[in-house]
Amino acid sequence: MAERYDLQEIEVWDGNYAAAHALRQAQVDVVAAYPITPSTPIVENYGQFVADGYVDGEFVMVESEHAAMSGCVGAAAAGGRVATATSSQGFALMAEVLYQASGMRLPIVLTVVNRALASPLNVRGDHSDMYLGRDSGWIQLDAFNAQEAYDMTLCAFKIGEDMRVRLPVMIHQDGFITSHTAQNTNPLQDEDAYAFIGEYETYQEMLDFSKPVTYGAQTEEDWHFEHKAKQHKALMDSRDVINEVFDAFEKKTGRKYKRVESYMMEDAEVAIVALGATVETCRLAAQQLRADEGLKVGVVAPRCFRPFPFDNIREALKDVKTVCCMDRSSPGGAMGALFNEVSAALYSTKNRPLVTNYIYGLGGRDFAVEEAKRIMREQKAHADAGYITTQIQQFSGLRGPKLGFFETNRR
Amino acid sequence: MVEIRWHSRAGQGAVTGAKGLGDVVSTTGKQVQAFALYGSAKRGAAMRAYNRIDDEPIINHEKFMRPDYVLVIDPALAYTDDITANDKATTKYIITTHKTKDELIGEIPSLQDKSERVFVVDCIDISLKTIGRAIPNSPMLGAFVKVSGMFDLDYFLDRMKKVLSKFPQKIIDSNMDAITTAYNEVK
Repeated sequence: MAERYDLQEIEVWDGNYAAAHALRQAQVDVVAAYPITPSTPIVENYGQFVADGYVDGEFVMVESEHAAMSGCVGAAAAGGRVATATSSQGFALMAEVLYQASGMRLPIVLTVVNRALASPLNVRGDHSDMYLGRDSGWIQLDAFNAQEAYDMTLCAFKIGEDMRVRLPVMIHQDGFITSHTAQNTNPLQDEDAYAFIGEYETYQEMLDFSKPVTYGAQTEEDWHFEHKAKQHKALMDSRDVINEVFDAFEKKTGRKYKRVESYMMEDAEVAIVALGATVETCRLAAQQLRADEGLKVGVVAPRCFRPFPFDNIREALKDVKTVCCMDRSSPGGAMGALFNEVSAALYSTKNRPLVTNYIYGLGGRDFAVEEAKRIMREQKAHADAGYITTQIQQFSGLRGPKLGFFETNRR
Repeated sequence: MVEIRWHSRAGQGAVTGAKGLGDVVSTTGKQVQAFALYGSAKRGAAMRAYNRIDDEPIINHEKFMRPDYVLVIDPALAYTDDITANDKATTKYIITTHKTKDELIGEIPSLQDKSERVFVVDCIDISLKTIGRAIPNSPMLGAFVKVSGMFDLDYFLDRMKKVLSKFPQKIIDSNMDAITTAYNEVK
């Protein structure tokens, strides 16, 4: 029997340590992992918990991230609660198996500490890896700070393992900015956390030899489409379960989460849409602009990146004049992904606000409160002019000549 | 909001120091943040660690900071790093050195108009004598407790013992000794 870990009401934890404790409290049966910066401390601390007797499950050291996720697939298909952690290149190497895991409907939990993708090699935080996973068929939850990294990890097990869902879940946190920043965190005690998640329920486990099953079968044009459509429907339908789990979590902890988090949006004219720790930076900027300059600014953030909250985004932004979507990933010859998805959601609204796109913070480039305020003031200028007064896609915090693309034709 | 910037070399314990300070501050009911700028930095490379302390939850994640306190735990960094970067008219400096305050300020032009805000303590010597290794983070915490007046020394020591509770008693005792010595010696 695993030993109980003595926790204070307030712990000063960084996002990695918070995620490691959440995995420990979930009493995962198998963690197969290959550590990579900046998520290394999740695996390192989890390994320490195993060595110190706080975990009954197995910790499997493997030779690559491809093997790590493959080990997770095997263990989950066998009928265990399974989790791992990764970042960046490790995530990219896992990509093939991510699709296998979701296609086999295995509720694996993957804690992703977001980091840039090479080349050039970079260990710092941006959202390139998170975006790489967006068509992989996983549920993707986004944490904006260490507390949320802990909370979302607990919720992830409950969401993915729900019999109405049975899908793998990723929890994203920003490399270094969240993963290595220690802040006040309120953990649940071990028994409360475990009671919230609940016992693992098996479904068609391979180790039940009385009922043989096949995982990862081949289907060609006869059945592949039906399988993928069913998988997509399961992801879409998981929205209700996510809402339920967030409600249950609020009852347990008092901490309220929504698939889309709106901040100061009641009377907002201008909205910023962002992901990760930047959401909090933008909230601080909005507070200051409202107090000091009377600008009606708000912040909207997808807590749940997949399934994409198309409905809630439309609702959250229906009354604003301008929206700026912040993408922390190199868009590779397109508009940023968040811009594209938010714009698509807003196209079917009556109001159709002006939408602009900033690419920012690549490879860990600092995103300062003053810069968030500058961007918000610029959006206010679009609102006053009635058209986008700058290029539609711009770059924030980039050195060298100003870079931007596309002019509005709504003048 | 109180903001603190640590100037250190990787391996000297600035991150541990910043987190330890955060742990103690959190027990007073305040909100804290402790982080560092590193990454591919190797042992011995100049690096910086940061603390923020506030009554409200801290949602500022920018790396930029105008520090209220600058803690320099490696003697050479006072000369080679830009320790006065983004400072304020009230920023206090606590610098590890074996020199006297006047000698040090005489050699560092950027500190010459700030002498009443500069404090010196030999964290390297103190840690060698108490802990037995050049780990200047613990002594710096003692000096900070004295200069900031943020805690009583006894309260800080008591809380710090809890933070270190997973270590052997000998290590806890030597760290308490280091903190107390620096508290008494900082000028």
